[in-house]
Amino acid sequence: MNTLFDKIWDSHVVASAGGGVSQLYIDRLYCHEATTPQAFEGLRERGIRCLRPERIFCMPDHNTPTHDQDKPIADPVGRAQVDTLERNASEFGLTYFGMNTPDNGVIHVVGPEKGLSLPGMTIVCGDSHTSTHGAMGAVAFGIGTSEVEMVLASQCVLQSKPKSMSIRVEGELGKGVTAKDLALYLMMKISTSGATGYFIEYRGSTIRSLSMEGRLTLSNLCIEMGARGGFIAPDSKTFDYLKGREYAPEGEAWDRAVEYWKTLYSGEDAVFDKELVFDASDVQPMISYGTNPGMSMPIDGRIPADASPKAMEYMGLEPGQSLLGHKVDYVFLGACTNGRIEDFRAFASVVRGRRKAEGVTAWLVPGSWAVKRSIEEEGLDKELAAAGFEIRQPGCSACLAMNDDKIPAGKYAVSTSNRNFEGRQGPGSRTLLASPLTAAAAAVTGVVTDPRELI
Amino acid sequence: MKQKFDVIQSRCVPVKADNIDTDQIIPARFLKETTRDECFYGDNLFCDWRYNADGSPKPGFPLNNPAYSGCILVTGRNFGSGSSREHAAWAIAGYGFRVVVAASFADIHRLNELNNFVLPVSVSEDFLAELHSCIEADPATELRVDLPGECVTNLKTGRSEHFPIGEYKKYCLMNALDDIDFLLSNKNAIEQFESGRKQD
Repeated sequence: MNTLFDKIWDSHVVASAGGGVSQLYIDRLYCHEATTPQAFEGLRERGIRCLRPERIFCMPDHNTPTHDQDKPIADPVGRAQVDTLERNASEFGLTYFGMNTPDNGVIHVVGPEKGLSLPGMTIVCGDSHTSTHGAMGAVAFGIGTSEVEMVLASQCVLQSKPKSMSIRVEGELGKGVTAKDLALYLMMKISTSGATGYFIEYRGSTIRSLSMEGRLTLSNLCIEMGARGGFIAPDSKTFDYLKGREYAPEGEAWDRAVEYWKTLYSGEDAVFDKELVFDASDVQPMISYGTNPGMSMPIDGRIPADASPKAMEYMGLEPGQSLLGHKVDYVFLGACTNGRIEDFRAFASVVRGRRKAEGVTAWLVPGSWAVKRSIEEEGLDKELAAAGFEIRQPGCSACLAMNDDKIPAGKYAVSTSNRNFEGRQGPGSRTLLASPLTAAAAAVTGVVTDPRELI
Repeated sequence: MKQKFDVIQSRCVPVKADNIDTDQIIPARFLKETTRDECFYGDNLFCDWRYNADGSPKPGFPLNNPAYSGCILVTGRNFGSGSSREHAAWAIAGYGFRVVVAASFADIHRLNELNNFVLPVSVSEDFLAELHSCIEADPATELRVDLPGECVTNLKTGRSEHFPIGEYKKYCLMNALDDIDFLLSNKNAIEQFESGRKQD
């Protein structure tokens, strides 16, 4: 009661559908090409239009190649899907950020950086990582295609209100420990279903001290604990980040917005359905060893004796084994998890004075064209090129391998993405989830390496 | 597919594993399609567990075992974790499953099943373990799923359990109504809500 989650949720309830189900008003719907064609088709079959087209933003990201985006997508099925989104956006009068245009990128990177995702909003997308936008102080969650159709048609979804969970983290993160490591640590502690049925509010001094990029990474990964979503109350960092962004309010509207945003916090008397507390000094650089993100451990740890035999067989690893020194074939920096400018700065900071290891294939994929422009403005592209790395074009890329960026069967990839499921990065691929610092350490040494040794 | 739901009695197909994520239910490469043809997705349900790279069936996988049949899929804990892809629910429905029994479900996938008239039935760990043992011993074991009574019964042992479903979705399933029908009938309330808002 009296949590920030209650405030935002309750202020968006249009009506009750009975049995605890609410008709919830949605401020922002994002559409990508993979989970929306059937929803638009549904509107056509019903002969209806979008109720509030101005609240809906479309952009392809899942199929986009990370090379030669000026040419048609080679895969005809992927190309047809991207073309379908463009046609649907045009037919239904929706804003469309096309591939290979300055506005495009991974939807969960573009929304915050354009000022489209604002504090106090309800935000949905047919994508589980919609939770990312929670970093802006919004209630943001992933939905299925039927629900995308509902929002297109009525700007509402029908949802049971989730329970509330407070995850409080206090203290300073150690050297070489990032928001990604904190997220993997939380998954290790509470498992991939530990937050099922809950909406998380991240609180405490550690969370407050995270940059906006770090908060976006943390919120992005709450779905990997099963949470419906997760968010962070907005503060001066949020306001500073948003000020002057393309779609953020301006002038008097900005002042009014900030005044409202300042009221968005959980009351002193807030009661959560569940409260967990963690100490930041317990968090080490982390790495996953199995086939779900909860199967993670400190990078200098050993795979638990009771690790799932099925996961061990798939990964080609053994219980009791240390991953330090394990050969790495691929490194992937990018995705809605770690494809922001700070992630590229972190990667470059480890590479500085070193070179890409022989035998490692590295894919460095910015989350958006805006991130790519920042990389170039800061000269990180040249610096990384001199060390043997190439910056590719933006998209979801090897996170789920819907484009050509597939990790071959049996190969090990240290990846800054969000899931290490069987086959996620390509059939037979073996994913080791880690932070940009750990990814860079692997890229320059060719083996799993504790980043603290290089910084 | 919209269809009325009442009482279902059927044999079961066991896929006995915890944390089955939606990438296993339907791999991302099938998300490129623009169709909603459930048969297409059903043919590729559990694709990488079910088929070898050359397309031949893997004999050990339960969906390829002729001993198992029926419209009830029996799994483990935390079924449907990961991606929000509704393609996973389309694949389950397209294969012909009408009920999924698990110890727990991931939130988004559970709702995707309901929106596709597939009933997610959460049972206790004990009930599930006993059911798996029964099916293993006798693939002819039948389960009775009574939606109006919110009750699931293992007909081999006679053991019954209540399962939670929620009044709204129960009504939708029993009457073959979807959410858009409800939302569109409520358009005045949406407009009233919008005009009554202070901030934006």
